[in-house]
Amino acid sequence: MSNILSIRDLRKAYGGNVAVESVSFAVGANEIVGLLGPNGAGKTTLISMILGVLEPDSGSIFIEGADLATQRVQALARTNFAAVYAPLPGNLNVQQNLRVFGNLYSVANLPERIEAVISGYDLEKLRKVKCGLLSSGEQTRVALAKAMLNQPHLLLLDEPTASLDPSAAQDIRARIRAFAVSAAGAVLWTSHNMYEVQLVCDRVLFLSRGKVLLEGDPKTLPREHGKETLEELFIAVAREPLTLKEN
Amino acid sequence: MYFRPVLAIVLRYYYLLRGTPARWMPLFAWVAIDIVLWGFLSKYLNSITSAHLNFVPTLLGAVLLFDFFIRVMHGVAGVFLEDVWSRSFLNLFASPLTISQYLLGLVLTTTVTSLIGLVVMVVLATSAFGLSFFGYGMMLVPFLLILFLFGVALGIWSTAMVLRMGPAAEWFVWPIPALVSPFAGVFYPLSTLPHWMQLIGKALPLSDVFEGLRTITSGGTVPMAALFWSATLAVLFVLLACWYFGRVYRRAMRTGILVRYTAESVS
Repeated sequence: MSNILSIRDLRKAYGGNVAVESVSFAVGANEIVGLLGPNGAGKTTLISMILGVLEPDSGSIFIEGADLATQRVQALARTNFAAVYAPLPGNLNVQQNLRVFGNLYSVANLPERIEAVISGYDLEKLRKVKCGLLSSGEQTRVALAKAMLNQPHLLLLDEPTASLDPSAAQDIRARIRAFAVSAAGAVLWTSHNMYEVQLVCDRVLFLSRGKVLLEGDPKTLPREHGKETLEELFIAVAREPLTLKEN
Repeated sequence: MYFRPVLAIVLRYYYLLRGTPARWMPLFAWVAIDIVLWGFLSKYLNSITSAHLNFVPTLLGAVLLFDFFIRVMHGVAGVFLEDVWSRSFLNLFASPLTISQYLLGLVLTTTVTSLIGLVVMVVLATSAFGLSFFGYGMMLVPFLLILFLFGVALGIWSTAMVLRMGPAAEWFVWPIPALVSPFAGVFYPLSTLPHWMQLIGKALPLSDVFEGLRTITSGGTVPMAALFWSATLAVLFVLLACWYFGRVYRRAMRTGILVRYTAESVS
């Protein structure tokens, strides 16, 4: 399996507070990796660095072999993301936003791509609606449509189903799974929903205090650490990270 | 490939203009009010001073040119502030958009909007107050070019300041032209000013434009060397402003301000 994303020895500190330290991992094609950890563990800091909007203090990020520090445009052209805290401009309608972002990513055959994502994410009825007027579930679908516009090889999803009802969340999970399988995409997914993580992710990384504490298959990892469920393991990571490290 | 992201920035503002009539107002409302106010003032001054003095080409012409400069400066800053207001930084700068493409997008958008303001001013000043805008001859080209370039420079510099200081620094953008105007000699020769103000005025590309305007209306010839120097100075200011914006942007990336901009986590 070839690596789409390779991270080596990444470190970021805000003043004296270390947010991410010595983080190294890779995500391969067709793989969905869950990035888990309690609030403040460093997940969003890590994702911001991979998106090129936060400069690491040290370490390197390679996206399909392109060094983000020196080949930023090349690396980001193959990447996209959706996050609850980064909604698309609310004063443009769905179609306008897709046109603007399609041009930002220099998407080839843009009109056809826009129609494909509008149809793929059931946005036909919403295409002329301003994004600020959409429900949170609809906004998530639009953000995912924008994230798929450039047919990325690396997709970063920061709690993509956080504001969705169970039915909509299931639908989104199925789409992302299909993306990873059929488009040979790599997905880095953060979520606090352990049921969802177990269902979707091929592998998980537990972050605690900025470091990768555990890594493995979400289906077997809890038992390997004496826990019944992934949720129990999550709670242990959040409350007693040192005991787990000793295991 | 290079121009697609630039086009995206222009397209975004075009959609905003098309969808919100309120955004059209600043393009011409303030300049129209200025032309009307100063037009009547010029007419009044004509009526109470000696017959051979005509304030329309000097006073109203100066207002028109200075308003064009303000439109350009505020235009660049206004397009940037749209991104602040709609919290678009993360989506924009996590894309392959480069800083040069972003700034070029701001400038191209402003070129269109400031030209709309200029046309409105010229039509109003000509039809209502008899200003012969083209009476300034070919000198209009370097005049407008210098004003445009310096407006772009100050616009980019002020947006860098807002990026550096956080969204609350938005107020900083609007009064900059008013701060510049006493030094630029918009309505009076630089020689009117005290020496220290003259020194600042001479460092501003604007001052030669307004000196040139008065020279033309009094029948003199504009020294081309001075205009060439002003144009060069204006280009230098643009380059300096772009460099400063890049520096502030890199700092914002390093400190995390870009990611948490709306939290005003400015240190």
